[in-house]
Amino acid sequence: MLAFLVRRSVAALITLTAASVIVFLLLAVLPGDAAQVLMGTEGDAESLAALREQLGLAGTLVGRYLDWVGGLLSGDLGLSATYATPISGMLVDRLQITVPLAGMAVILSTLIALPLGMLAATQQNRPGDYGVMAFTQIGLAIPSFWLGILFVLLFSIELQWFDMASFPGWGDGPIPAITALLLPALALAVSEAAILARVTRGAVLDTLREDYVRTARAKGLSPGAVLWHHVLRNALIPVTTIIGLQVGFLLAGTVVVEAVFTLPGLGQLLLLSINNRDLLVVQAIVMLAAAFVILVNLVVDILYALIDPRVRRGAGR
Amino acid sequence: MNRISPLHRAVQQRNLMIGGILTLVTLGMALLSLHWTPHSPLDLSPARRLAGPSAVYWLGTDHQGRDTLTLIMIGARNSVAVGLAAVAIGLGIGVPLGLSAATARGWWDEVAGRIVDVVFAFPAILSAMLVAAILGGGALTPILAIGVFNIAVFARVARAAAIQVSGREYVRAAIALGRTRTDVALRHVLPNIAGPVVVQATVQFAIAILAEAALSYLGLGAQAPNQSWGRMLKDSQSLLFLAPTQPLAPGLAIATAVLGLNLLGDGLRDILDPKLRPLRAA
Repeated sequence: MLAFLVRRSVAALITLTAASVIVFLLLAVLPGDAAQVLMGTEGDAESLAALREQLGLAGTLVGRYLDWVGGLLSGDLGLSATYATPISGMLVDRLQITVPLAGMAVILSTLIALPLGMLAATQQNRPGDYGVMAFTQIGLAIPSFWLGILFVLLFSIELQWFDMASFPGWGDGPIPAITALLLPALALAVSEAAILARVTRGAVLDTLREDYVRTARAKGLSPGAVLWHHVLRNALIPVTTIIGLQVGFLLAGTVVVEAVFTLPGLGQLLLLSINNRDLLVVQAIVMLAAAFVILVNLVVDILYALIDPRVRRGAGR
Repeated sequence: MNRISPLHRAVQQRNLMIGGILTLVTLGMALLSLHWTPHSPLDLSPARRLAGPSAVYWLGTDHQGRDTLTLIMIGARNSVAVGLAAVAIGLGIGVPLGLSAATARGWWDEVAGRIVDVVFAFPAILSAMLVAAILGGGALTPILAIGVFNIAVFARVARAAAIQVSGREYVRAAIALGRTRTDVALRHVLPNIAGPVVVQATVQFAIAILAEAALSYLGLGAQAPNQSWGRMLKDSQSLLFLAPTQPLAPGLAIATAVLGLNLLGDGLRDILDPKLRPLRAA
């Protein structure tokens, strides 16, 4: 197990390093000089040099990369060129929306997908199964931002259950904030639920064929007890893996959904920074997201190896 | 073990049929728009803006008085072009990468695997935003970003399928006959992994259409005067109070195209390889 742990961690570290080099280089070799762009035509040579220093644009490429990585590791991400405030503080503010949004989407999609997947598996090739599979096809085909717009139309404009005011923040307790995040999280959750319901169906079907399920049935347990104690628990292993692996895509989905509902989260900041050419902020957010995805993959792999010893003896990947 | 009921078989074939028809509708709209559209996309008129469906404007008009059906058809052209280009990049680079990794194994397999891991660390939308930060918005941004993501997807699918096929007797026989590894890979392995690769291609086409729409919605895809379904949705959103039916047509167009390709992929998979499950990731 220790050998697997070391090998897998080293692989993740290599991936992380490669990802950081790519993010750094892509934005470092940009044609044009960010400082020049910001200064416009009015900058003299001296203030241009000062701004370059401030933006981390001075020095050699390797030196700048090491500075940048050192900053990432110590939590000092530099100053935003647009707002002249520390980037790390901006990210912390924005994460208070994006993390709960993604978290609520994970919970909602699981709550939708598990019952549907189990229903489909126990009804295999019968109408219930086809109903669930039809839902998953439609869920996969509807873009989350269109669903978001339709939710706004139905729940905010027609029924007026949710107002479209700006995000209230967490200052007045969790209820107003969670209410404001409910529709965006649901818009994000539907396509995730579609994927997850399919995985759950497959996992439950696989588990239903196992010998221990036949044994449990043979000793006279009720179908409900068999499903709950023997099938669901074992089927949850692949399902949990997929939930973990989908987190990265969910994170990317928040960018679009935040735009629909004008939530001032990380995705909105990323979009704004791209339009403002605030490249240090873009670098920081993309790197943060990539590091998060790599970390989640590592944790999922390790958990999987803990549960299933065959993985440890595998070829490393 | 897995009994196949008549109902099950009918659904499988229906997947293929409905998927094929919906895909043809999207492709047909795109092709037709090259030669004919009901109206000119440049035919603006504030007087008839946000009109409902009528005999002249079948799907109504947009906020500038342009014919919605015309814009949907031209948007189909954009979606299909981006989808085809992104899948072509993925196929052209990803399949050779995966096939060579499976054939060579050893250090090259390890390197290819790391490259794939790095690409997967950036979900398609995020890498597209990175590309957009460099190139700015435009048709090329979604193609490049989704294409690079597809390279990783096809490399992984081709490698897994090739390793599976490598154990078959006809491959071992070819090796025993003294064929070179490249020869075996191209003549015996490649034709036999075509099934899963084709299925994955339809799924990636669908994912590319979704991702392109998302990027255009964010303003990072096709720029005016080019039309895209994502931008039509963006435009419709600012007028929700005035014209609540505006988001319907572009949203349905995206959903139809994606549903069609996914059903087609499922139908093809049932015919080509019942055991296979394509990767679902965007």
